Amino acid sequence: MPVAIPDVKKTWPNAINVVTLGATKEEGGTRTVKVTVGGATALPFHHFEDKMPYPPAIAMEVWDVAPQDWPDALAEHFQDVWHDPGLWAKKCVEQYGADLICLRLAGCDPVRQNRGPHEAAQAVKRVLESVGVPLIVWGTGNDDKDNEIFPAVAEAASGENCLLGTITEDNYKTLVALCTAYKHKVIAESPCDVNIAKQVNILATDMGFKPEDIVIYPTSAALGYGLEYVYSVMERARLAALRGDKMLSQPMICDIGIEVWGVKEAKASERELPEWGAQKERGPLWEATTAYVYLLAGADILILRHPKAVASVREVIKQLMGDGLT
Amino acid sequence: MILIGERINGSFKDIAAAIKERNKAPIQEWAKKQTEAGADYLDVNLGAVSKSADDFRWLIQTVCEAVPTPISVDYNKLDLMRAGLEAYREFGGGRPVIINSTTAEDSKLIPLVELAVRYNAGLIGVVMDERGSPQDVDRRVELGAKIFAVASEAGLTPDRIYLDPIVMPLKFMQEQAKNVLEAIRQFAVISDPPPHISIGLSNICSKAKERSLINRTFLVMAMAAGCDTAICNVCDTELMNAVATAELILNKEIYSDDYLKAYRKRG
Repeated sequence: MPVAIPDVKKTWPNAINVVTLGATKEEGGTRTVKVTVGGATALPFHHFEDKMPYPPAIAMEVWDVAPQDWPDALAEHFQDVWHDPGLWAKKCVEQYGADLICLRLAGCDPVRQNRGPHEAAQAVKRVLESVGVPLIVWGTGNDDKDNEIFPAVAEAASGENCLLGTITEDNYKTLVALCTAYKHKVIAESPCDVNIAKQVNILATDMGFKPEDIVIYPTSAALGYGLEYVYSVMERARLAALRGDKMLSQPMICDIGIEVWGVKEAKASERELPEWGAQKERGPLWEATTAYVYLLAGADILILRHPKAVASVREVIKQLMGDGLT
Repeated sequence: MILIGERINGSFKDIAAAIKERNKAPIQEWAKKQTEAGADYLDVNLGAVSKSADDFRWLIQTVCEAVPTPISVDYNKLDLMRAGLEAYREFGGGRPVIINSTTAEDSKLIPLVELAVRYNAGLIGVVMDERGSPQDVDRRVELGAKIFAVASEAGLTPDRIYLDPIVMPLKFMQEQAKNVLEAIRQFAVISDPPPHISIGLSNICSKAKERSLINRTFLVMAMAAGCDTAICNVCDTELMNAVATAELILNKEIYSDDYLKAYRKRG
């Protein structure tokens, strides 16, 4: 006798905000493509419930200075170009198919080279003139330094509709004002805490900034290093958003490469840990696996480093979006 | 919490005068004010000032022109309710709608359920019948179950059914408040998912001195019992703050330090 399967599909009253990055010539920028994320009216990839109009986008990470501490598995792909952020970005787009470039201003960090606003702006311009994809610019995380360099960065990228970050509960006014003035979007960071994620958004919008111009960065953690905590925060934020919470309805960005390539499972060479196998395979696999989990948690933009991880995550997104599935 | 602004009602003097004079301004001002205060719906009721379908039509058009907020169409006669819904269909452009209200009497319940089905509306069902308002919990629940059964049978899903346990004035019928709270608790287990449970809040403070305090204390207690919809004075800031806080305590909204601001911006 057939058993009736109850219909457990859920319908949600709210949608995730749609965020478009990049501005073309007609819109006052110089981008040749734009990237749109968000818009979901169901949990990630629950196509049977409702729509997920835009697939998650992949940003590849580029630095303003040549990294000193990236392991060989990464260096072999980028050391020919990492002296020049423009060439580096070009390689990511042309060779590895990055949807976006995330320029991390690591060289401005006081604990690295402590570069100033002029050099930061130069790096931004160099990337903008080298590639046509939209740009994310990630600061140093040092409040004073970020407030010093972002005025020049926001101006240098004026009209390009970039995504700049990050603002936090304790440091948001400068960057929010700059993003308003130069028409950029902003990344709102919270320390693995849904209450603070909401609070930062309230603070930014209280300055008159549009909630639709914010992307949430709920912090990221590598597989094995607290990923499940971030997952549950993202899941809670997404459920609240779909139920109607406008202060959590923003798309989410995950900064994965920097986390994964800081843990031994990815960065330890096979000389150090021969039993773990080849780093060339293991590192990108760790990065991609971490990314898969965040996709399921609701990530809309993933920042990755290794080309193999990028290729693998792109394929998984394609499959989860329903393309190529039989 | 679904908040229905109570203010556009012909039993208020300023609204009555505006309807008589066909003066849009005071009505549209209240529509905007209540929308800004966070109303999810605006109750629109002619009150006793007119029995004319034309007036009701004008009143609904006036509100629809001012704000995009959905309306709860409120009148106790079937023919005017039909005229109101028809006007709203014309001027509201497909916004959601709640019919306010039916009772459990067959002569009202059956045609109003039919209207709710036809106009794809939510329906508030007040638990009274030809015998009047119930004075105890059991009768409230019995009538609530009847309304739910008839509405469900006709195809209304629980999310379109709003059961109203009839709030009575604390000052004059003090023992009824706790009966209402108990009826709310029992309504909440009528089905899974449960129907909405709606109260006409301002009845609780009728003729009392501490109106605002009584309103917000009762609403918070009703929310704790399972009430999720209230027709109330959405312009009472303390009331709205109490609702926002109760939503946190019930874990329906996510806490943030400035949650009151977030609650105000939620629309």
